[in-house]
Amino acid sequence: MVQFSEQQMQEFNRLVKRYPEGKQKSALLPVLHLAQESFGGWLSVETMDYVANLLHLEPIEVYEVATFYSMFNTQPVGKYMFEVCQTGPCMLNGSDDIIAYIKEKLGINVGETTPDGMFTLKTVECLGACGYAPMMQLGKHYREHLTKEKVDAIIEECRNNAARNN
Amino acid sequence: MGVKLLLAKAHVEGIKNYDVYRREGGYQSVEKALKTMTPEAVVEEVKKSGLRGRGGAGFPTGMKWSFIAKPEGVPRHLVCNADESEPGTFKDRYLMEHIPHLLIEGLIVSSYALGSNDTYIYIRGEYAWIVDILEKAIAEAHQNGWLGKNILGSGFDCNIHVQRGAGAYICGEETALLESLEGKRGNPRIKPPFPAVKGLWERPTVVNNVESLAAVVPIINMGGEEYAKIGVGRSTGTKLISACGNINKPGVYEIDMTISVEEFIYSDEYCGGIKNGKRLKACIPGGSSVPILPANLLLKTAKGETRYMNYESLSDGGFATGSMMGSGGFIVLDEDQCIVKHTYTLARFYRHESCGQCSPCREGTGWMEKLLLRLDKGEGKMSDIDLLWEIQSKIEGNTICPLGDAAAWPVAAAIRHFRDEFEWHVLHPHEAQV
Ligand SMILES: NC(=O)C1=CN([C@@H]2O[C@H](COP(=O)(O)OP(=O)(O)OC[C@H]3O[C@@H](n4cnc5c(N)ncnc54)[C@H](O)[C@@H]3O)[C@@H](O)[C@H]2O)C=CC1
Ligand SMILES: Cc1cc2nc3c(=O)[nH]c(=O)nc-3n(C[C@H](O)[C@H](O)[C@H](O)COP(=O)(O)O)c2cc1C
Ligand code: SF4
Ligand code: FES
Repeated sequence: MVQFSEQQMQEFNRLVKRYPEGKQKSALLPVLHLAQESFGGWLSVETMDYVANLLHLEPIEVYEVATFYSMFNTQPVGKYMFEVCQTGPCMLNGSDDIIAYIKEKLGINVGETTPDGMFTLKTVECLGACGYAPMMQLGKHYREHLTKEKVDAIIEECRNNAARNN
Repeated sequence: MGVKLLLAKAHVEGIKNYDVYRREGGYQSVEKALKTMTPEAVVEEVKKSGLRGRGGAGFPTGMKWSFIAKPEGVPRHLVCNADESEPGTFKDRYLMEHIPHLLIEGLIVSSYALGSNDTYIYIRGEYAWIVDILEKAIAEAHQNGWLGKNILGSGFDCNIHVQRGAGAYICGEETALLESLEGKRGNPRIKPPFPAVKGLWERPTVVNNVESLAAVVPIINMGGEEYAKIGVGRSTGTKLISACGNINKPGVYEIDMTISVEEFIYSDEYCGGIKNGKRLKACIPGGSSVPILPANLLLKTAKGETRYMNYESLSDGGFATGSMMGSGGFIVLDEDQCIVKHTYTLARFYRHESCGQCSPCREGTGWMEKLLLRLDKGEGKMSDIDLLWEIQSKIEGNTICPLGDAAAWPVAAAIRHFRDEFEWHVLHPHEAQV
């Protein structure tokens, strides 16, 4: 069953308190971020219904928001998601080659997850790192000035982290 | 070296921390404003400074502030636009990452001027680690009495909250931003009414860019008149430019708007010239939505005059031979780059980011993307080029918000200045494929 822990509930309350009485709907985006982080990196219908209930919203108000914003995943994703930018400035600096290399290394296409559930590859549009191109987002942070060697190192790093956490 | 007002201290060791920032003269503008000035006087200084909105539209900030409605008993809000999503633009990120207290200081003074007791920073969701930087700075400001109740005994209360977006370029458009801040999809509202009259939760709201609000600090410290002496004409003060593409030194630079485009590209103080000794082919000087210019029209205007890095000079010649300052996202293309392919990536961007409310934008962006992909792959026809022109002209001016224009302009300018490259792709399908 989907339920925030006590600590997550504290964060939930902090978020809701930032808005005036009766405007708790404003907390929806931050609460969805919290829910996504807390429940496996994606928003299931069960999770969205849970959020709707907490914020006293109709479920549809949550669904329509979750599907509008590209950072909310409404399908399961791998443990590590490579979100590689492909917009103009990154393209000028070789993002196509980086994307092709990741596809080859992981043996998956854009939008797919490796069979072991470890990696998902996604292309994204400009993330505000154009001067440090090519780049990708990995979790909370950016990985910039990517090269093939850096990509190798990042994949290695993820595998090591996963092994350590098991 | 030009004048530096925003980034002068950005490289001081530890400036992210309150103690260092304060030791370097931080928060003086709050003391000055709250202890010696009325809110109206602060607005007046900002008016005098000539500061124009740094988010891209260039609307005079002081004027916008003086338009805020003040109905009895209705709270007002200041919202800081940190959504920064225009391809080529990463200046606000730089400012928030390197000198976060400058933004917080600017927000306190601006909130005082506008009477906003609850101020929100709406930051793009991907800048997740910057949320932590800002929240730490806000907490430090609280601990030191610059935020909270009755700040410096002035009777003014203020809190700042950081709200994360979740991946939607359109939420940088101020009314879409407000919808998003209310917990909804980012569908822009029809203007007027402007947010200054009906904004967040239908309350009077001012939305300003990160850089605009940070600029309030030097304006109050030095006085609006002094600030207005920097720069030239209606381009007063300093401007942050984020430079990227095929240059030697990509990065964020603070310029005083009197330098030429040529100096900006070639001098070692700024971009350091084109990478790998190549030649300059073209440049988008103000973020992906402003017109691209070929090298000759970039360095000199159509009249043969030097082009400068300021609002007036960059737009000299209108869209026929000029461009715009926009958000300050400076994208440089070297001689090996393909205009058709580059334009295709931008078209794909706008299709991806259209909110879908208006049919010319929703349908037109998708259609342009398809045609550009076809042309880029060497599968296009001559008539596709005319069709592209036709589509972009039908989008422009026919939509609720300017995202439609933003999608149309890059395509129009690419065809206007580089039609031969589009034709080459049609005439040389096999070479275009590689
Ligand atoms: N920084 C970035 O990442 C991006 C910036 N942009 C820029 O955004 C610009 C378009 O922005 P818009 O907000 O649509 O422009 P706008 O011209 O409608 O408004 C500019 C500002 O002035 C205010 N304003 C204008 N007339 C007013 C009046 N009569 N009363 C009160 N307030 C008034 C608006 O509320 C707004 O805050 C483009 O020029 C583009 O350069 C676009 C995309 C991304
Ligand atoms: C599609 C679109 C996206 C925008 N994105 C941003 C943005 O990311 N940051 C920003 O400050 N302004 C953005 N703007 C401009 C805002 O609507 C608004 O003009 C600005 O925040 C006002 O602040 P300023 O007067 O300080 O520039 C965007 C406008 C449009 C049409
Ligand atoms: S122009 Fe595009 S992004 Fe703007 S409101 Fe219309 S459909 Fe939405
Ligand atoms: S184009 Fe890739 S981060 Fe801007």
